Amino acid sequence: VTLTAKDVAEITRLLEESSFDELYLELDGVKLSLRRGGASSAPSPVARQSSVAEAGSAPAASAPAAPSVTPPAARPAERAVAASDADIHDVAAPLLGTFYRAPKPGAPPFVEVGSQVEEETIIGIIEVMKLMNTVRAGVRGRVTEILARDGVLVEYGETLLRVSKTG
Amino acid sequence: VAAIRRILIANRGEIAARIIRTCRALGIETVLATSAADRDSMPARLADRTVCIGPPRSADSYLKIETIVHAALGVGAQAIHPGYGFLSERAGLARLCEEQGVTFIGPTAAQIEAVGDKLRARAEAQAADVPVVPGGAVDSAEAAVTLAEQIGPPFLVKAVGGGGGRGMKRVDRLEELPHALELASSEAGAAFGDARVYLERYVTRGRHVEVQVLGDGEGRVIHLGERDCSVQRRYQKLIEETPAPGLTGEFRGRILEAGVRFARRLDYRGAGTVEFLVDVERDAFYFLEMNARIQVEHPVTEAVTGVDLVAEQIAIAAGAGLRLQQEDIRPRGAAIECRVNAEDPARDFQPSPGRVSEVSWPSGPDIRVDTHIGSGSRIPPFYDSLMAKIIAHGPDRAAALERLREAVAATRIAGVATNLPFHARVLADAEFQAGAVDTGFVARLLTPRNSHG
Repeated sequence: VTLTAKDVAEITRLLEESSFDELYLELDGVKLSLRRGGASSAPSPVARQSSVAEAGSAPAASAPAAPSVTPPAARPAERAVAASDADIHDVAAPLLGTFYRAPKPGAPPFVEVGSQVEEETIIGIIEVMKLMNTVRAGVRGRVTEILARDGVLVEYGETLLRVSKTG
Repeated sequence: VAAIRRILIANRGEIAARIIRTCRALGIETVLATSAADRDSMPARLADRTVCIGPPRSADSYLKIETIVHAALGVGAQAIHPGYGFLSERAGLARLCEEQGVTFIGPTAAQIEAVGDKLRARAEAQAADVPVVPGGAVDSAEAAVTLAEQIGPPFLVKAVGGGGGRGMKRVDRLEELPHALELASSEAGAAFGDARVYLERYVTRGRHVEVQVLGDGEGRVIHLGERDCSVQRRYQKLIEETPAPGLTGEFRGRILEAGVRFARRLDYRGAGTVEFLVDVERDAFYFLEMNARIQVEHPVTEAVTGVDLVAEQIAIAAGAGLRLQQEDIRPRGAAIECRVNAEDPARDFQPSPGRVSEVSWPSGPDIRVDTHIGSGSRIPPFYDSLMAKIIAHGPDRAAALERLREAVAATRIAGVATNLPFHARVLADAEFQAGAVDTGFVARLLTPRNSHG
């Protein structure tokens, strides 16, 4: 008996819809234990079968389970993703408004691609009903990409620009 | 008057979904302003576009007037629909809209101010020859005692800035009044930033009956019948119905006329509700307040009149005026609504936020469900716990009640606790079935009976 990633996802879904907090499944040679993210004092759930693990099923198994908390089983995958992107920091809009790259029309922009920034460096202005709010980098590094266009509405949380922390 | 082609909806939950439905039918584009917690909500999927206005906390998102208006201008919306709650009755939003040339789908800022101040609203009611609860403003202990002697106990001390049950104190004896007033005033000052209080007669057995009105803003007002919302727990309405059971035709006519008179006095624009307290023992009614917005319980009125109130709100805001005459309103049958909340009746109705793993809503020709909740939906802890409204319509009250009972029984919700068991209990209760319960009904139902009955 082998479990595919899809099987594990399906089992996880069944657990999630049940009233149980924990599921332990043993088929010949396959041991699977799942625990809800919210259950207390839970040891890390593990999918203990080499073929399953190799098939990359761990993230699939954990993804639907109580996404409001980070399911422990998802951590290895997240770490892997984080490692490659650890250097790049997204500077997000702290509020909704109109984004301006320069202090006034015609003036040079606060930052360009390649600019070095410190935490306190002003990278732009977000205007809300004529009220100007300065936006700071919040991180030290080099600007690698500017996503928000000048004079355009940005939403809360929208990525304005990206900073490489290693320069 | 500019045509409305795109509306920014400054709200969330079932009312956002409800407004989107009507906009769609009218061919109007919708932009939903959401907090970060509601980005993946059902209304966010239903809207033509969403715009994230801030973090989950309402104070940082749904309550930010400047942000909402900036968002509307930024996305090219001609109008803002505020729904209910949040900014719907904040004169500041209506005023900023007026200044910025954005159509506010609701009354004028001045009208919101007129009804938002309880003493002012009371004075307007008296000027419109609408009865008010005996009482008045008190600015000294001596004045309070003089007034109290005229009214007779029990009394109710109310904060001018309060509402929804907050800032109210019952006083049974005249001697207790000076102390209670002092306490109420300092509490009101701390809670509402307004220390003014007023004194009223406490109505021992009251019913909550309200009149739905539509006004064109130029003095023409019609009513769309009344609603009875007496099934309340701690001033929160749980079940609403129309028509109000057990009123004589003459009494009903008087209360509807009073609602229209009040709204006409203000040259009221848009949809609004004039709330009355019906004093069961004295066979009288008194003006309570006016709600200058669409209300949660509007669907029961829609069920019996066939009028889409949100569509009328939009038409009035767009300058089309009142498209209906009073003669066009011919209520048919009865309708009852229950509010399904993520609250656990077994735990004193504590909110029960979380993820709804599975839900199955009832359906049928005489059943309407207004909701933003499907299987997998989240109920964030930041907002109110309303999940859905189940509305049943029938040729008479008994038929509507039977359909609602079946609909409630057919509803399945897993993952969060809900007040469905409470609704099943009320709908099966003999006193409720007989009709015309007073606002003390729920408290009596929930109080364990002692051995003396």
